[in-house]
Parts: sequence; structure tokens; C-alpha cells
Amino acid sequence: MGRPAWAQIDPSGDWAPRFDEDWEERIPGPEIGDYLGLPINEAARLRGDSWDAALVELPENQCREHASDYGWRGPSNLHIWQEVDRATQKVIAYHTHLSAYGAEQTIWMDGRPHPPEYAAHTWEGFSTGEWDGDALVITTTHLKENWIRRNGIPRSDLATARVHVMKHGNYLTVAVIVYDPVHLTEPFIRTTDFVYTPQLQMAPWPCEVVDEVDRPAGQVPSHLMGANPFLDEFPANYGIPPEATRGGAETMYPEYRLKMKDMKVLPRPPKKVLNR
Amino acid sequence: MKRARQQVSYFARRRAAVWIFAAAAVVGLAAMPGRSGAQQASSQPSAAAAPDYSKAEVHVLPVQGNIYMLVGAGGNITVQVGNDGVLLVDTGVAQMSDKVLAAIRSISDKPIRFIINTHVHPDHTGGNEAIAKAGSTIAGGNVVGDIGASAGNQAAVIAFQAVLDRMSAPTGQQAPTPEGAWPTETYTTPERKMFFDGEGIQIIHIPAAHTDGDSMVFFRRSDVISTGDIFVTNRYPIIDLQRGGNVQGVIAGLNRIIEIAIPAAIGGNDVLQEGGTMVIPGHGRLCDVADVVFYQEMVTIIRDRIQDMIKRGMTLEQVKAAKPTRDYDPRYGATSGIWTTDMFVEAVYKSLAPKQ
Repeated sequence: MGRPAWAQIDPSGDWAPRFDEDWEERIPGPEIGDYLGLPINEAARLRGDSWDAALVELPENQCREHASDYGWRGPSNLHIWQEVDRATQKVIAYHTHLSAYGAEQTIWMDGRPHPPEYAAHTWEGFSTGEWDGDALVITTTHLKENWIRRNGIPRSDLATARVHVMKHGNYLTVAVIVYDPVHLTEPFIRTTDFVYTPQLQMAPWPCEVVDEVDRPAGQVPSHLMGANPFLDEFPANYGIPPEATRGGAETMYPEYRLKMKDMKVLPRPPKKVLNR
Repeated sequence: MKRARQQVSYFARRRAAVWIFAAAAVVGLAAMPGRSGAQQASSQPSAAAAPDYSKAEVHVLPVQGNIYMLVGAGGNITVQVGNDGVLLVDTGVAQMSDKVLAAIRSISDKPIRFIINTHVHPDHTGGNEAIAKAGSTIAGGNVVGDIGASAGNQAAVIAFQAVLDRMSAPTGQQAPTPEGAWPTETYTTPERKMFFDGEGIQIIHIPAAHTDGDSMVFFRRSDVISTGDIFVTNRYPIIDLQRGGNVQGVIAGLNRIIEIAIPAAIGGNDVLQEGGTMVIPGHGRLCDVADVVFYQEMVTIIRDRIQDMIKRGMTLEQVKAAKPTRDYDPRYGATSGIWTTDMFVEAVYKSLAPKQ
């Protein structure tokens, strides 16, 4: 049984997102081939290089919600509420609703075990919570495959996530740590901020699958190995060495900037090229 | 009429059977001879060290509707229960039959009436004999007339005709599996339909996929698809070329699952893209159509890469050296065991390369 929440740390309520950090990545979407700051391995890098945005057009992918480790990053209002046992007044669970895709996560606070490995995986996964001081710490397993970055860098279904939800007055900081033995060489940490917004209106998120492009059944858009023509645009447009855009654990750390000074950059195009 | 003809075929083979099944079950897939009897190619599933099942347990996972999934007996086993009795999709390895039966009895005390085999491999058919004998068929009329009163003494075993062909042998030759393990009812059409435990069941043949005798089973009211080894979650798909498999058939099978399955929705909108139709893979965890989509994308992308390399004149060794699967290897690849990454690449290559 989880310890009861103190009023000053209970994250329940309505929260609006703040996009001051990572606007480019979160809202318009990341550039193709931008793997900067991601502790990815070679396999994840090739997945990104092969990724064709047309994949999202496929009917089976159009309304796919973001998984719970990524969903905080979306353009989402957030509603958090408690489920309380009537007799004991203990918190059984927290529930979250994000406006993007109407994603809902349940965080069990009653100490129940995670399901066996052969149980189904979902976008939200199976989550349990506990208190670490004032922070609600969520452990999520049984996730479906999803994104690390929304340009084809994957997070596998074997990953787990540890999420710290921290309330500071009217601000909520959500720190997500992803552990992925398939695609990451180090844990990947990312924070997202919300502001308490009691007047928030939660809109529905209807999504209807349509045939956007007439293509043969079973066709899967992708770039063949070594044949993605767009990978140079990001480093050229921003004057970043191509080597650095390939990501890897060392690109997460400040010292990497020193190393970048000795790297070659591509000539900048006369006009910024955007392929969005 | 077709049924009667197939049953005659079955009994002609049954008379010719000689038991060498125990050895086959121990060494695994490679012990099953192909129709040609050819030497095992390097892209064939290998006889890895036999797993030790002495301490293995069978786990029961409720899926939805009438359906349960049994895990731990080799290939996954699907169990449908209801007032009519018990229907199984596959039976696991022979060594686990007692534990499988115990697991079934923890769900239902009704008689085991039907077994459907998704394909021939012994990790899916190994328990046929023991489990079929523990069941019974409602027999009478023309069924008894065709095959005798003993027809009711075991559960019926249904499979695509190629499964029987590969488990049995022509008269006078040794059969690779004991006659008691053979399918008793086969079909040769694209689909066979039946109604049991209050729901329609579609047994769908996928030609030349994992093998040449693959069936998927769709429980329409429970909304569950049991896929056999066309879809697994723990490795690249095994393409058993020696037994008629082909990567194009595997992809066709995955596409068929995606075509049949309908994910859950909220208020009639398509948001979620998960749940709804549940999918029991041949091996690995319980899934839904979204999981199948990821797998189909992976197999299709690798197929497309190798197809492109073949068009550019690359040899098998050159294709292997190019590592066309390396982005998926940390998830699905293997360097040892019954199905390595090299075997998969070779099987895809041989599926696609022009025949010499």
C-alpha cells in the first residue's frame, strides 16, 4: 500500500504545458537526421536514417497515440486525479489524461506487482507509483514500441521508464528517464514542465483514420540503407558538424562542444531547406 | 466429399506409420524432414541443444471472451472454452503434455473436442497425441461410417493438408511422427470455417509462409487471432524453406492479420490503435494489431533492402556482409540457437533470388 499523498505534493489538478524548452522538437517536430543529445546506439541510428515520414500516413499509424514516456512532450493539457479507497481513504491510484490522443495512464499506488513478461504491452504500459520525498516516482513496464524522438528514433518494447513528478507551487516538472536495452547505451533523461491551470478546458481528441495516399496494400515507406537524401539538411542548415548530428551518449554532455570545434561543417545552403 | 477423401488419405498413411517421433521431438524443428529429404541448408532452423522442460511451467493467461493463452510449453497454445467443450490451437512440445493438460483442467472440466495445428513443427504439434487421446469427438453417422467407431475416442485434430503430408509418409515408408499425432481432418481450401462454443471460427491458410502448411485461427466473437509462427515477438520470423516457407508468404500473413484485426476505439473514433482484436503469437507475449504492425514493418523493410541488393547483383555473402538487419538485430537477432540472424538473411535472400 502506497503512503498517502500529502496535500502539498499531490499532483492532482489541471495543468497546461509550457513549451519554452524544445519548442522545435515538440511542436513543429524534429528535423530529419537530428539525433543530437540522444544516447543511441548504431541500430537506433539506422532506424532513424531509414525512417520515412510517409510511414505516419499509413492507416494503422495515423491515430496511434504517444506512449506514456513520450506523451508528456505533446501539445497536451494534463488532468491528474486520484482514485481513493472509500473505506480507508488510501490512494489506490493516480490517473492522468493528456489531451493529445486522449491518452490515459493509471499509476497504481497500492503495491500491486507488475504483470508477467508474457502479458500484453500497451501505449501507456503498466505503471506503479511510490513517494520519494515530495516526488511521485512512477515505474512503467509493458510499453509498446514508440519514439525517443519523433523523427524515427525508436524506443523498444523492452524499455522501462522511471518518471519523477515534482510539484513546485504552481509548476509541475515531469522528469522521464528511459532505460532501453535495445536502442540506448545510457539512460535518457528529459524534463517537461506544466503550469497549474484550474480554468483549463479539456477538449476531446477525435481522430479518424482515412486513406491519405493510394498505395499498394502492405507497402511500408522507408529509405534504403545509405539512400536517405535528407540527412545533410539539418547539419547544413544549422552549421552543425554532421558527425555531431549522429548523436550518441557523448553528445549529451557539455564537454562535447569542445570536441565539435575540430569537426568539419557542411557549407550552408543559400536558403534554409525545410522538409516538413 | 472432400472430407471423406482426405480421411481415406489419412488412414492409408496411418497404416504405414512407424514411430520415430520421440527423437524428432527431442532435437526440435530440424528433425522434421522436408518433402524432398534434402540435406539441411544453412538457412534451415537448426537443431540447437534441446531445452530442458523438466522444470518448465505452463502459465495460463486469460485473453478475452472464451480465450486463454498457455505459455511455457514450447509454442504458445490457445485455449477456447465453453459449453461445447475445449478447443486448442496447437499443443506444445510432447514433454509438456501432462502440464498442458493440467493447465487446461484448471480452466475447464469440459471434454477436449478439437485441436487445430497451425503448422507442422513439433513445438506446436508435439503434444497432439497425448492431448488428443485425453479428449473425445462426438462421432456418429457418416463419420463413424467413414473411419470407424474409434473416431470418438480422441479429439479431432485439424490442419492444412500439408501438415499431414509432412507428419506422415506414403505406404511402406517410415513416417517422421507417430500416427497418433497426425491430423485427423485436413483442409486444402483457402479457409475452413466451424462454429464451436458459441462463436464462428475461421481457420485461414496462408500459403508458403513460415512453412507450406500454415493456418491462422480467428475466433470471431472472442475477437482473438492465433497466428502460429507467422508472427512471433522474440525473434525474426523463421522461414522454413525446406518445408515450403517464403518471406513473401510471411509478409502476406502479417498483412492478413492487420486486415482482419480491428483496434479498439473511443466513442467510435479511431484513437488508441491498440486493444480490440487480440493476437496470440506463435512465441512470445500476448499482442494486438499495433504490435503486428511494428513486426510487419520490420520484415517488410528488411525484405525491401535485400530485394534491392539482389537487384544490384549482390551475392548472398555480400548481402550478409552488408548487414541489412543491423538496426533490428538488438531486438530480434541471434548469433546462436535455432534461428540466427544469418539464417534469416539467407532465407530471405533465397526466397527472393531468381532460382538458378
